[in-house]
Amino acid sequence: MKYSYYPGCTLRTKAKDLDAYARASAKALGLELEEITDWQCCGGVYPLGTDEIATKLSCVRALNAAKEKEQALVTMCSACHHVMKRVNDDMKNVEDIRTRANNYMELDEPYAGETEVLHFLEVLRDKVGFEELKKKVTNPLTGKKIGAYYGCLLLRPSKLLAFDDPENPKIIEDFIRAIGAEPVIYPYRNECCGGYISLKEKEMSKNMCEKIMESAEGFGAEMLITACPLCLYNLNKSTGASLPVVYFTEILAEALGVKEEVQK
Amino acid sequence: MQRIGVFVCHCGSNIAATVDVSKVVEMAHMEPGVVHAEDYQYMCSEAGQAKIAAAIQEKKLTGMVVCSCSPRMHEATFRKAAERAGLNPYMVEIANIREHCSWIHKDMEEATKKAVILMRAAIAKVNLNTPLQPGESRVTKRALVIGGGIAGIQTALDIADAGYEVDIVEKTPSIGGRMSQLDKTFPTLDCSACILTPKMVEASAHEKIKIYTYSEVEKVSGFVGDFTVDIRKKARSVDMDKCTGCGVCQEKCPSKKAPSEFNRGLNNRSAIYTPFAQAIPNVPVIDREACIKFKTGKCGVCSKVCQAGAIDYEQKDEIVTEKYGAIVVATGFDTINLDKYDEYAYSQSKDVITSLELERVMNAAGPTHGHLERLSDGKAPKEIVFIQCVGSRCSDDRGKPYCSKICCMYTAKHAMLIRDKYPDVNVTVFYIDVRTPGKNFDEFYRRAVEQYGVNYIKGQVGKVIPQPDGKLLVQGSDLLDNKQILKEADMVVLATAIEPNPDVRRIATMLTASIDTNNFLTEAHAKLRPVESPTAGIFLSGVCQGPKDIPETVAQAGAAAVKAIGLLAKDKLLTNPCTAQSDILLCNGCSTCENVCPYGAITYEDKEVNDHGIRETRRVAVVNNALCQGCGACTVACPSGAMDLQGFSNRQIIAEVDAICR
Amino acid sequence: MSSEKKQAELIKEISGVNPLKCMKCGKCSASCPSYNEMDIKPHQFVSYVINEDIESLVNSESLWKCLSCFACVERCPRDVKPGKLIDAARQIVVRQKGQDYLLADEIPELLDPELPQQLLVSAFRRYRR
Repeated sequence: MKYSYYPGCTLRTKAKDLDAYARASAKALGLELEEITDWQCCGGVYPLGTDEIATKLSCVRALNAAKEKEQALVTMCSACHHVMKRVNDDMKNVEDIRTRANNYMELDEPYAGETEVLHFLEVLRDKVGFEELKKKVTNPLTGKKIGAYYGCLLLRPSKLLAFDDPENPKIIEDFIRAIGAEPVIYPYRNECCGGYISLKEKEMSKNMCEKIMESAEGFGAEMLITACPLCLYNLNKSTGASLPVVYFTEILAEALGVKEEVQK
Repeated sequence: MQRIGVFVCHCGSNIAATVDVSKVVEMAHMEPGVVHAEDYQYMCSEAGQAKIAAAIQEKKLTGMVVCSCSPRMHEATFRKAAERAGLNPYMVEIANIREHCSWIHKDMEEATKKAVILMRAAIAKVNLNTPLQPGESRVTKRALVIGGGIAGIQTALDIADAGYEVDIVEKTPSIGGRMSQLDKTFPTLDCSACILTPKMVEASAHEKIKIYTYSEVEKVSGFVGDFTVDIRKKARSVDMDKCTGCGVCQEKCPSKKAPSEFNRGLNNRSAIYTPFAQAIPNVPVIDREACIKFKTGKCGVCSKVCQAGAIDYEQKDEIVTEKYGAIVVATGFDTINLDKYDEYAYSQSKDVITSLELERVMNAAGPTHGHLERLSDGKAPKEIVFIQCVGSRCSDDRGKPYCSKICCMYTAKHAMLIRDKYPDVNVTVFYIDVRTPGKNFDEFYRRAVEQYGVNYIKGQVGKVIPQPDGKLLVQGSDLLDNKQILKEADMVVLATAIEPNPDVRRIATMLTASIDTNNFLTEAHAKLRPVESPTAGIFLSGVCQGPKDIPETVAQAGAAAVKAIGLLAKDKLLTNPCTAQSDILLCNGCSTCENVCPYGAITYEDKEVNDHGIRETRRVAVVNNALCQGCGACTVACPSGAMDLQGFSNRQIIAEVDAICR
Repeated sequence: MSSEKKQAELIKEISGVNPLKCMKCGKCSASCPSYNEMDIKPHQFVSYVINEDIESLVNSESLWKCLSCFACVERCPRDVKPGKLIDAARQIVVRQKGQDYLLADEIPELLDPELPQQLLVSAFRRYRR
């Protein structure tokens, strides 16, 4: 199965791991991730203003590129995913934004939200299937107690992202089970890590991450996994419980037996 | 040529402020057939009706048009007035210049023009009206009540006490409904079972009441006064005549893992069970999904231990067909599913429960035998938090837009009962508004605060956070203090929104009774006919019509009974004469009308016709006027124009359209 | 129209929010992870817009404390979306010349070797025009 792939800026720099492990895992699973040529940064946050157009165009370009190839668009980073899915929804359902964005773009055929946007976790759940994934695991992480850290970007607003139950999600827990480990459910897994606030308000973000870490540790987690480079950065800055935080693609690669290959 | 009178009503300022009524009168005089026209402030008043009567007699009117409110409001009033003055009531037409004109327009000139056009159309129709005589239909003097909760029981008792036969159809194995699950009732705190059980016994012992439990209404046909209903008696697997209700079968049943519906799934019951000790009838049913005998063929313990030989594994569902004159719907409610509200951690912690579950926890026959304890570890709670409006007053797609009405009062009740029985337990209530309209209701709530020290905090809860030590952290707003508070609790109780029993959709469809967007049954008039459905002969009792507490339910149940009795007391009902008729000279016997008739009123007969001197026998449509409801479907479907509706003939409709387009 | 009224209208337009839908339950403030850092609380944002007290809003510290985590938007029972109102007020500020909350000069000292690009681009988009 071939997918258009949108890595996003951070996966090219500070989060190379997230990308490399994903590519290796995809290959092991027989998925082809075709990187979109000349993609541009999504901007990191979705521009909420109903009058924002220019800030959404980079996403529209990527979405349209996938449409032209008749492929679904796969994202890896939670932030890219959030922005991409919401811009796609705008193009599909908000006439004003669709018209104005298309006026800028001057495409052969106007883009109207045709592309399916999938987070890699959704590909694993809905396209591969966790049962299938389980069969392909060669190196199950048996006994490992892992806490899923969702944060906010993957889940909310749930009506638009349609990712999982925003208050009691289970996709990453099911993923953890599929690779043979044991999920640890803790109540702060869908609370915000502070996001971009950590640039100027380091204390605020630190407090939030401490709550998350302590809650996860209290329920017995030995490590946390995330899909977001910013969450990973913020959680690692927490001075409370210091559980290791890794990308979900890293333990996926480990379970599929391709981790070393990447590290070489 | 008709002699037509036109009567234009001001309706106070309702019409006259937007429509120039004197202009309408002036224009009326120009219409063909009109010999009299006048306006008056309130045409429906006694004085207005007297004017109509005088004009009918003095001007020898043969038809009349009233330009006023909707015919749904006063058509009957004006028809009766005309009849008293000697005019056939079907010679009266209403031009609706209020709802269809003055209420929805602002510009007087335009509105007046429209009122004149509406009047013209009505005059054009009356010119073609012919006097009609209603027929008669019989009334079956028996009522059906769907649902055996307090609403259904009360309605049945009231109808039966008036001397009419009533059948109750209840889906579950026992009557009693939600009220049987409650521990105490507000605002007097009497025990629910103590006041309900005697009514259940009275209903079951009443010679005029027949109770079908574990049964469902399967099919309804007919019309007001003459309904035919199929009732499915589900196989109980126990012979009701033989069973003595000794209970040994339930004790010995080896399958004890089925969640107890009565205890809201908080504990388990056996596969053969009566829902609760005071169940009526006191005859168990076998839950075939849970029964080992039905699943594997082995077991049969209940049959072995039953001294009366009442167990019957071979029993089958049975369909009973009965006739009824009136049907009362009393299908009640359930609490909403909380899957979409997991910020309250209902699915994540056993110690987060709904208020209805708390009723079972507080009840001596409940899963904890009436001890207030955490369901996770059986420990006695020290801090309990109540959260109000869970799923009520929500305009998003998670909850219900309405106020569930009963939650403020039962939460005050729970808080008070807990503080009374366990004075060392702290109780906090997060509320948005405390709504306590009702006799002695606000006093009751204030007692919870002032006498029992319940801590009321104005603000919603954002999240309930289970802690590793099993406690629950409640993160909420205190809007009066302008603070976000974190409160540690041992138990959290959710005042969960209520919704109509999901079965009501199916039942409403069978009865052709209308329901609103929230699945509550619609009343015929929100203020003046609150217990009647717009469908004749269907009455509404209890929460199926809208949220209400027990006293209101009982009052409405009585009102529904009175309406049903009023119907059953009649020997005959006048039928609507506006029924379809087939012109045998035009009918080609194609069966199209028979296929579209929703009432089964059309049949075909071979009749001898004289078509321009040619005598022959043809297959033609015949309408049964007792069954025809005058819907007009056949007149539209008929390809040869043979079907026509009396009072709404094709010619009349065309005349109206012509008058509007003129 | 007074300038306050105009600005209130602008906030409603940019956010697409109708503050009159609010039933003042406080669930937004009960959900907000930044609540304690805010001078004007999420539920108050709604009434400030209704009362057209925009001067106080645009000078509020809360503009820079909101995480846009959407907890308030997700849980609001009336579909009011206070988070979108806050963002619209922030837009009004940063769209004015010289009102950037993050200056290019202050960036170097905020950086560290692990800091992901995503953080910088996000902050730029939130804090600057």
